[in-house]
Amino acid sequence: MRALTHGLTRRSIVLLAVLLAVLVALPLFAGDYLITVLILILYFAYVGQAWNVMMGFAGQLSLGHALYVGLAGYLAAFLFKDYGVGPWIGLLAAIPLTMAAGAIIGFLALRFGVTGVYFAILTIAFAEFARIGFDHLDIVNGSGGLFLPVVQHDQSDLWLLRGPPTMFYYVILAATVVALVLSRLLLKSRIGYFWLAIREDEQAARATGINTFRYKMAAVVISAGMTAFAGVFYAFYYNNLFPEQIFHISRSIELIVGPIIGGLGTLIGPIVGAFLLTGLSETLTSALGAVGLDLPGARQVLYGICLLFVIIALPGGVWPWLARRLGLGEPR
Amino acid sequence: MTLLSIQGVSKHFRGLTAVDRVDLDVAAGEICGVIGPNGAGKTTLFNMIAGELKPDTGTIVFSGERIDGLSSDKVCRLGIGRTFQLVRPFPGLSVEENVIVGGLLRRSHVGAASERAHELLRRLDLYDKRAQTASSLTLPDRKRLEVARALATDPKLLLLDEVMAGLRPTETDRLVAVLRELNSDTGMTIVLIEHVMRAVMALASHILVLHHGAAIAQGVPEAVVRDPAVVESYLGAESVA
Repeated sequence: MRALTHGLTRRSIVLLAVLLAVLVALPLFAGDYLITVLILILYFAYVGQAWNVMMGFAGQLSLGHALYVGLAGYLAAFLFKDYGVGPWIGLLAAIPLTMAAGAIIGFLALRFGVTGVYFAILTIAFAEFARIGFDHLDIVNGSGGLFLPVVQHDQSDLWLLRGPPTMFYYVILAATVVALVLSRLLLKSRIGYFWLAIREDEQAARATGINTFRYKMAAVVISAGMTAFAGVFYAFYYNNLFPEQIFHISRSIELIVGPIIGGLGTLIGPIVGAFLLTGLSETLTSALGAVGLDLPGARQVLYGICLLFVIIALPGGVWPWLARRLGLGEPR
Repeated sequence: MTLLSIQGVSKHFRGLTAVDRVDLDVAAGEICGVIGPNGAGKTTLFNMIAGELKPDTGTIVFSGERIDGLSSDKVCRLGIGRTFQLVRPFPGLSVEENVIVGGLLRRSHVGAASERAHELLRRLDLYDKRAQTASSLTLPDRKRLEVARALATDPKLLLLDEVMAGLRPTETDRLVAVLRELNSDTGMTIVLIEHVMRAVMALASHILVLHHGAAIAQGVPEAVVRDPAVVESYLGAESVA
């Protein structure tokens, strides 16, 4: 418990508690539309947090995290549909699967000295292999997609992840909190210090006795394992999986924008980034709808311009700036 | 007892012979200075001891174990800590965090590592700057920070690559005193590359002089600095006086 709060100012703890209380109470007031937007935000906060462990902490760029989302989603959905295995048991199978996939990619890259952008390209390649492979994998209906039976949304069945949006909201909220706590515990422990050292200067990290291969592998594997939950959640929330969607490179890219905008390597950055991005996207949609502007692509262009300004104005991300503004000290 | 034994070590970079069949024995508890003009091969020799480069010929034995060709992290775990000539602390981490990283090599808890870090930062006069990011420090401070980080790995042998460069004379004397203290308190062996002769003469009990990669002299400081070949190639006539 001490490790969890050590070094945090009183102000940060109070602020986090208030934020959490608001999020817990929100479904009492919010309508269905707001709930679905919040689910999307928290989904990106969760998966951004998982990606941040690898890139933000250990400095290893992955542009293929859609691979882990897709593998986990497919495995859990397949087990549920064909064998009646519940999603939580499915998750227990999906975590080792994604970790193994991460370990294979990490091993191939790190063992043979593929680093930096070349490593990133390798991660893209594996996600693409999976996309094309699943297109032809008949056991999960190939490019036709895998569908979960949709049921009436009145009863919440937490064990089978069947229920109304509010249930999904609380599930992803809890997961986001768990990911935040886990990330903080990792960052404040020995492995976290070693990751930061590797991110800052790999050669100097080795000269300080750090087995950089082992710790980079650990970052890839832990990040992949954390991402598994996002895949299972995705499958049971949307009830459909298409290789062309879930493994697509745009999926890998959209999940990394949040942590970058929010503040790479920070704990709160991925959450702040997810709120900003999804919030911005939804605001633009309704604003454009309100003024009646119906040009194709107008929303994306405006979205891109907004991101551009954020990156120019706050290259370190929004959270470090916000934390200083709020007088919270510790930017990480 | 010999802690570090270097025998017939050479390194070539394409046509250039950077280090040419150098022998050096360093006794446990000794402070050894490596001097010589720029480009003499001092840092290359260091990089071979520290596992950054693999020697083309020769052997390096540390506490009875062959270490030439081992990776730098293994060498560090065996008990050799180093600083870099072109300093490279972890720039985005705080001064304190830099040293904690070193301390965690042989300690599994951050609490214990940060205790050790504070102790070392006090010794090296960096305690008041512990919360600053390393990149905001002046060059002399960054050099001292690297010394602290290397010390935090609890080395049996410390390799210092020009840590006195850029220090004012009073700061040099202070760092010399700190190194002496570490050497006498813990029996830590030190090999230092240094241009600041004031520091070398104050610390070293043995000096190796490199010139064009070859060892042109070695022995006790008083004899080495009077060696005509050393005066000719490196020190210049006026420095002997």
